[in-house]
This record gives sequence, C-alpha cells and structure tokens, in this order.
Amino acid sequence: MSIGVYIIFLSVLAMSLDVGRGKTTMDPCLESMKTASLPDLPYPYDALEPAISEEIMRLHHQKHHQTYVTNYNKALDQLRSALANGDHSSVVKLQSQIKFNGGGHVNHAIFWKNLAPVHEGGGKPPHDPLSSAIDAHFGSLEELMQKMNTEGAAVQGSGWVWFGLDKELKRLVVETTANQDPLVTKGSDLVPLIGIDVWEHAYYPQYKNARAEYLKNIWTVINWKYASDIFEKHNRHLNEV
Amino acid sequence: MAASAAVTANYVLKPPPYPLDALEPHMSKQTLEFHWGKHHRAYVDNLKKQVLGSELEGKPLEHIIQNSYNNGDLLPPFNNAAQAWNHEFFWESMKPGGGGKPSGELLALLERDFTSYEKFYDEFNAAAATQFGAGWAWLAYADNKLKVVKTPNAVNPLVLGSFPLLTIDVWEHAYYLDFQNRRPDYIKTFMNNLVSWEAVSSRLEAAKAASA
Repeated sequence: MSIGVYIIFLSVLAMSLDVGRGKTTMDPCLESMKTASLPDLPYPYDALEPAISEEIMRLHHQKHHQTYVTNYNKALDQLRSALANGDHSSVVKLQSQIKFNGGGHVNHAIFWKNLAPVHEGGGKPPHDPLSSAIDAHFGSLEELMQKMNTEGAAVQGSGWVWFGLDKELKRLVVETTANQDPLVTKGSDLVPLIGIDVWEHAYYPQYKNARAEYLKNIWTVINWKYASDIFEKHNRHLNEV
Repeated sequence: MAASAAVTANYVLKPPPYPLDALEPHMSKQTLEFHWGKHHRAYVDNLKKQVLGSELEGKPLEHIIQNSYNNGDLLPPFNNAAQAWNHEFFWESMKPGGGGKPSGELLALLERDFTSYEKFYDEFNAAAATQFGAGWAWLAYADNKLKVVKTPNAVNPLVLGSFPLLTIDVWEHAYYLDFQNRRPDYIKTFMNNLVSWEAVSSRLEAAKAASA
C-alpha cells in the first residue's frame, strides 16, 4: 500500500462529485477499490533487539498497526456508501478518520521497511549517492542524526520525525508531522526516506519516558539501504528530465 | 483543587492525595511512579526553567496558561504550564475506591444535561476513546450546563472558557504500562473504579460560585 492510494482516492472522489446528476449505479472504480491489509514484518519480532524489544514490535505491529488497518477499511466502507448515496457532507466528515487511520497504515508500512536487523545491514551507513547528498545538505551523517533526534524529542504529544527528499526542489529535509499525518502533508513533493515513530507506544514498555534514549538507540537498526534505494529511484527520474 | 484557586509563585510538584500504590490494581504503582515521578515532574521542572528571568516568572500558573495559549497560536511555555496544571488536576480527579455512579445534586445535573448517567458515561467514554493521539477528555461546566469535551495534547477547558470538573489523561504514557494499546479498557477502569465524585462536586460548587 503506498501514497498511491491517496491519488486513487482523490481521483475517485473527483469523479464521484460529478455524480450529482442522479446516477444510481456505483462507479466501477469504487467497486474495485482494494482494502488495506497488514503487511508482514520483514524480520522476526525479536530481530531488532536490543534497540527495540520484541514486546514492542509485537504490540506495535499486531495491535497498533492492525488497528489502523481495520479502522481505515471501516472508514473506506463508509466512504463507499456515502459516495454511492451522494452524501457529500458525510464524505467530508470521514476525511479525519481516513487521514488518521490511513495515515497510520501508510506510515507504519514505511516504518517496518526503515528498520532492519543488524546482521541484515541495520545501522550500516548509507553509500553514495545518498551519502554525499547528506554531507552536502547537513554536513555529515552524524549531524543529520543529531537534527532528527533533536526534532523528534521536541514533538509535543504524538507524531513522527522524517528524513525526506523534496523531489521538486531536489533537496533533503528533516520534518516532523503530528499524529499520523504522512510526510506529504508537509509538502506534496516530499518523499519519505526514513521515518521514526515518536508516539509513546513506539518506545514506552522499554524506554518509558526516555524518548531521547530511544532515538539514540534506533539508529543501530535504521535501514539506510531502503533510504538509498528510494533516493536513487527519484534521482534517476530527476536526471532523465 | 478548585478551578479558580490561585497558585503560589513557586511551581510545585504536589504529590497525589494518596500513596502511589493506593490505586492498585486499577492503576499500578509503577504507572504512578513514572507518570507522576517522571512525566509530571519534568513538566514542572521544565516550566520553572522556561519562565526563569522572563516576565512570566512568579505569575500564577493559570495566568501563564492563558497567556501562552495565545488564542491557539501556542507560545513555548504553554505545553509545560498546561501539563503541570492538567496532571495535578488529574491526580485529584481520582481516589482509592472511587468510580461508579455519583449521587445527590451531581447525579441530578448529569441526568438533566445528559438524560441519564449511562448516556453521560457513554459520551465521556467516546470522547476519551476518540481523541486522536495525545490528549484529555473532560467533564466541564459552562453557561450553567455540564458538557463533555475532548482536547488535544496539553489543551484544557480553562483556555476554552469553561470550568474543568473531571479529567482523564489519554496520552499513551497514562495507560501503556497497565493496558498497552487497550485504551477503552483503561477508560472503563477509570470510570468504574477511580473517579472521585467528591472532587467533582466540590469543583462544581466552586464553578457555580465563580459564575454567580
């Protein structure tokens, strides 16, 4: 499941809002709209220890992420009905449920890929071209990590800290988002490379109130290969222009 | 603590009005040790650091909260000030052997403004369960009416122009050690076993007096 679902949703919404002319049959796009499902973790629940405990990984994946998926699908179901009935005020009212639960699903699906066991490259610094780009934008990898730690620690309440690529301006950024807002809510050209969950559920059983400690330790299991792959994919497109 | 009580110039980490293990098994000693001992303490300590040497230093806590709320465009001291206030209010909203249905005037008012205690219970539960991310659910008093309100992060009814009467903390740190992701179970336990209706009643009296 990717950001693509937002594009699908927006275009379906646009098409259906045209249906004020009293069509009674459901748009075929709505009928074939896929539901979200919980992706498998790419590693065992204990694979990220000692940085992130097995207990946290089980709760985080099987309970929190699963709940976002379940509630997102519920909201999509309600959206389908509202669209079919031309009930536009319900369509609008459902947006916060969709943004919260859909965002939760999208963000966590990225997060599991952002992490890797040490023996599978977790914590291994990125290679070029991402490595040089990081040095150019932030001075060094350490400075990037420091910036993310500072901003992540400063998030009031629940949210995420992101390392992203602005594919339009061709620069790397560090941003934070509140609750389950995906990075794209901070800029439509932003692509997430690494996201770190700073909701308390992401660290509480192991670290309690010590969010700074969690942020310090998570770097040992960050999957820079994933970030590099995404970066290079967009770099290729940029260079082809 | 009445909503209108003045607070001393020294911002203090007041202990809850019961020992840290007194709410067991409904809220563990471990939760109180971290929630009061670390989270609440940090808000108070950081607030002191933040206002030191500023024009806010020495001002009553509620003044700092209103001033830094800044009509929703939050200024830096808001989070620490409001959270210091919210947590003291929260400890005093609970008591050992609490929970269940209130009686007397409070019950009559709940029945008047919510149709029944059960309807109030459901509405309060729903507010606490559906606050996205971190926040609080409240029973509040305004314009001679009781209402249920939910707020994000550190926001409280003081800045929304109403008198807080009861609160439940729904930041994950409030329930994670005892309930993990099961926020609905935490809310039910709070309602059934922890609410101090005595505190709510005395706050209501103060609110009515202040509104008169």
